[in-house]
Amino acid sequence: MSGTTLFGLGAAALVGLGLYGLICQPGALRKILAFNLMGSGIFLLFGVIAKRGGGALFAAGTGSDGDPVPQALVITGLVVAFAATAIAVALLVRLAETGGGTTLETDAQDAPAVPTDANLRGEREP
Amino acid sequence: MSVGLISDVVLILLVLSLAVWITIARTAYRAVVGFVAYGLLMTLLWVRLAALDVAMTEAALGSGLTGILLFAAAARLAPFEAAERARAPAPALRLLIGLLCTLVAAGLAAVVLWLPEPAPTLAPLVAEHLPPTGLRNPVTGVLLAHRAIDTLLESMVLLPALIGVWSVAADADWSGRPGSLPRPPASDALTLLARILPPFGVLVAIHLVWIGADEPGGKFQAAAVLAAMWVLVMMAGLQQPPAVVSRGWRGLLVVGASLFIAIGIAGIWLADAFLAYPKGLAKPLIIAIEVALTGSVAVALALLLSGPPTRAHRCEAGR
Amino acid sequence: MRLALDIFTIVMVSLGGLFFLAGTVGLLRFPDTLTRLHALTEADNLGLGLVVLGLLAQTSWPLGALKLIALWLLALLSGAVVAQFLGAAVRPADWRTDDVSGPREDGR
Repeated sequence: MSGTTLFGLGAAALVGLGLYGLICQPGALRKILAFNLMGSGIFLLFGVIAKRGGGALFAAGTGSDGDPVPQALVITGLVVAFAATAIAVALLVRLAETGGGTTLETDAQDAPAVPTDANLRGEREP
Repeated sequence: MSVGLISDVVLILLVLSLAVWITIARTAYRAVVGFVAYGLLMTLLWVRLAALDVAMTEAALGSGLTGILLFAAAARLAPFEAAERARAPAPALRLLIGLLCTLVAAGLAAVVLWLPEPAPTLAPLVAEHLPPTGLRNPVTGVLLAHRAIDTLLESMVLLPALIGVWSVAADADWSGRPGSLPRPPASDALTLLARILPPFGVLVAIHLVWIGADEPGGKFQAAAVLAAMWVLVMMAGLQQPPAVVSRGWRGLLVVGASLFIAIGIAGIWLADAFLAYPKGLAKPLIIAIEVALTGSVAVALALLLSGPPTRAHRCEAGR
Repeated sequence: MRLALDIFTIVMVSLGGLFFLAGTVGLLRFPDTLTRLHALTEADNLGLGLVVLGLLAQTSWPLGALKLIALWLLALLSGAVVAQFLGAAVRPADWRTDDVSGPREDGR
């Protein structure tokens, strides 16, 4: 088995692990982390496919010998993943600040109130 | 077993054990520590896959900037974690979920093992069409010539994301400055780092953009380095984050994509297609777009990290 | 000449690797944060320095060499700053008052 195939199997395991965390972890921040894990597994899968399709076409001078199309897609994907994570974190922090808790429960009644020792910013002036 | 294969096995095992740690760690803070280390190991993995451009992006963005974002969020949300833990699914349900997720992973693994042979690839096509662009880095060629429309949309997607982050601010806070960056207690060591490192960081970023045409590097890597330097200066308290109502900063945010679109539209007359470059001018135009996009993407990344505006900016409140 | 340079590289990089190994063992075995920090920063700075020194024989002068040296200096700088932070975080509060060289409290 080649190292590339090994990385492909690892990528499959990463997607599985990320999916498990996404479903099982009750906290939304942990879900965001798990989602990033899943995403990085998918990026790795792209990398494996890029490596397989590369050959030695570009080895001279560029240091890169994969299929450049999936590699370019992964680079844009990493930037978009960062942007999506930033939005998710902003929404989550706002949700926590306004007393909505940090889980995705729909029953607002037993959602935890803001703990009194919470180190949160953004308290409204009266 | 060759030395390369042994190091690959060790690397993937380390990555997987860190992934397990991220998934099951007791607190979010521990999981984030694991995530940063995981990003650095992923960087090595990308190097082993001969994707140096991706490796640099992963190190700067996936591990570095995402790390700051998640650390700040984990610190702020720590008081809620006890309540979260009470809501974890029952063990039997977890087992079922675990089994189904294993099934998904097994399906993907089967796909990996039965990938078509010989591998389908666009590499020969890219190699054939690279010389007219005057570039030597195939990844930059794909990003800015062959799939330019993707790159254009992708650099623009940062703007709606930023608007999304800003839009969670309360109305009263709109004129304030972003306040999500962690502000460690003032210390001489941090001030020293924030004064010495940025000049080097700016130099590295310029270098990355400049060599991006021929060697691994490019605007996204450079933008991530620039953003990291600016964030360091803001975290050390040497500079305040800019107010989101500032028109100058907003102008910087859109200048890259505007130039890209302007050159793209000019291509309709000069080269017979949207986003096509006239013959002989491809390389200078691509470099102009790269430089403008680097600035815009860097500002967008740093502002995404800084979060929504707040009236009681913590740095002013703390002094 | 080529052979001598190669041998120099192998010896220096292996020595550097040895320091990394020692630093890692220290990180795992030492009893508290400050001694672990000592093992990590000291051994890693020296280890990275030796690896860089070894690779200098393989790279082009001056651009490649200067890049490698800059890499080492930047790693030294960030290592020192991180050590300061961790040290300040674990140091008991009563150490601060009688140690003038430490991080200042309340801006003074």
